[in-house]
Amino acid sequence: MTAAQASTSTESVKPESPTASRWDKIDLRERPEILLIPVSFAVLVTAWEILVGVFDMPAYILPPPSDIYTTLVGQLQSANFYTNLRVTSIEILVGYGLGATFAFVLAIGVVQSKLIEKTVFPYVVALQAVPKVALAPLFVIWFGFGIQSKIVVAALVSFFPILVNTIDGLRSANPDLLELLRSLGASKRQVFIKVKLPNSMPFVFAGLDIGIVFAVIGAVVGEFVGAKAGLGFQMLQYIYNFDIAGLFAIIIVLSAMGLFGHLVVRALQRRFAGWASPSHVIGS
Amino acid sequence: MSATLNDSSRIVDWIRITDAHKVYSSRKHEPVTALEAVSLTVEQGEFVSLVGPSGCGKTTLLKMLSGLLPATGGRIDLGGTPVEGPRHDVGIVFQAPTLLPWRTIRDNIMLPVEIRKLDKERYGQRATQLLEMVGLDGFENRLPNELSGGMQQRAGICRALVHDPGVLLMDEPFGALDAMTREFMNIELLRIWRESGKTVVLVTHSIPEAVFLSDRVVVMSPRPGRVVDVVDVNLPRPRELGMMQSSEAGDLVARIRAHFNAKGVVD
Repeated sequence: MTAAQASTSTESVKPESPTASRWDKIDLRERPEILLIPVSFAVLVTAWEILVGVFDMPAYILPPPSDIYTTLVGQLQSANFYTNLRVTSIEILVGYGLGATFAFVLAIGVVQSKLIEKTVFPYVVALQAVPKVALAPLFVIWFGFGIQSKIVVAALVSFFPILVNTIDGLRSANPDLLELLRSLGASKRQVFIKVKLPNSMPFVFAGLDIGIVFAVIGAVVGEFVGAKAGLGFQMLQYIYNFDIAGLFAIIIVLSAMGLFGHLVVRALQRRFAGWASPSHVIGS
Repeated sequence: MSATLNDSSRIVDWIRITDAHKVYSSRKHEPVTALEAVSLTVEQGEFVSLVGPSGCGKTTLLKMLSGLLPATGGRIDLGGTPVEGPRHDVGIVFQAPTLLPWRTIRDNIMLPVEIRKLDKERYGQRATQLLEMVGLDGFENRLPNELSGGMQQRAGICRALVHDPGVLLMDEPFGALDAMTREFMNIELLRIWRESGKTVVLVTHSIPEAVFLSDRVVVMSPRPGRVVDVVDVNLPRPRELGMMQSSEAGDLVARIRAHFNAKGVVD
């Protein structure tokens, strides 16, 4: 189905096609990916479908894409799937929100206060070396099989990239700009609000971008360790039943969630840190 | 001009540097004397340039005037009060335009007004006039990186003037511009100076630029930095680029350059 969809759309992309009224504005030499991405996807999925049939691959090792698609459509119609989707989404969003908030506040503290930098920051650096997902079993013991333990894992793994990037961003202000503010007699607070904070935005969003994907990982790993609901929990059940098509379907859903989060962060980045992207220069 | 010196209401924008010293000391290295016994006065409305090879302390002197660097000896007065830190009656134009890249040109120009919590409406009107004066009207809502280097530097000049300081300090403001834009900006600067009536102290590497712009050129020598000559430029005003071809201008440039050649340093 996906393969068929892709191949029909590639035909209408051809510039000479008489039905290509909507497409003739797009120059394929400049943006070949418009053609290349659907074509390569169609080729890959078709090859997978054919090879699984040719080699008579058992479905409990590698199911054909058509099976995965059918399973995915089936899941999208089951109430159980939506319960799990909601649980995991809450874990990701609350965990990410907590991780980002703590990271942001601590980063400001580290940059603005020598005392916090000297006392807290060494611990942060040391903790960074700890593989955070390895702490997941501890959190399940401490916070139980409910969503709390997954929120903690998601918060912890998304915390570090956001913290490190925000600190870098707050510290990377152009020294000339800082001297300008000093020459105007600006207070420390004014320097922070007028220069350091806006200057950090591209870095903050880079951290948030990594963080959202990490939060998905944290929530799912937390569920693997021990859970009563959620998409990771559902994956475990599929594994016990050798339902590999079901497993793939959940992986697709989780990837889509990560991609959606990434796109939201990118949209916010364009809105709040768009100045950092190169733009056209007007002559004098 | 000197007749007004005793009139205290008229000396507000007056610069007096008396025996200023600057020594940079560090734990690892020997102390470096950047400035030694520099004395200089600048009258209200005067245009003075500081020239000299790299390391002559001209930027150090400008930073001391602006209150960004404390002097290690001597005294600097501005408008009758000693300079003890950044002050409101000075506007600074830096070597680079030094604009906040996330702010529009207009918001950049309004930055000193925000920092000093001045009346936004009143100074907003002034910003509009300044934008017009430097030919940036129509670009006020652009971001800095959408403008050329010359346009950015003009915005930097507007920012230095927005809070209506008496003194404009400029640290090699056109050093990063190409020769054509630089000549154009020199003419622009003279026009802005004439229209605003500010006292200007300009640091530059370029001897012809100093002669073209200034009433007086202060020649400095390196290590330690000191004033070796003060050259009066009596070319008529308003100045035109053609005047630089005159023998008077040529003589002045040659006289200033001779100081550097004698020292074995070429500008």
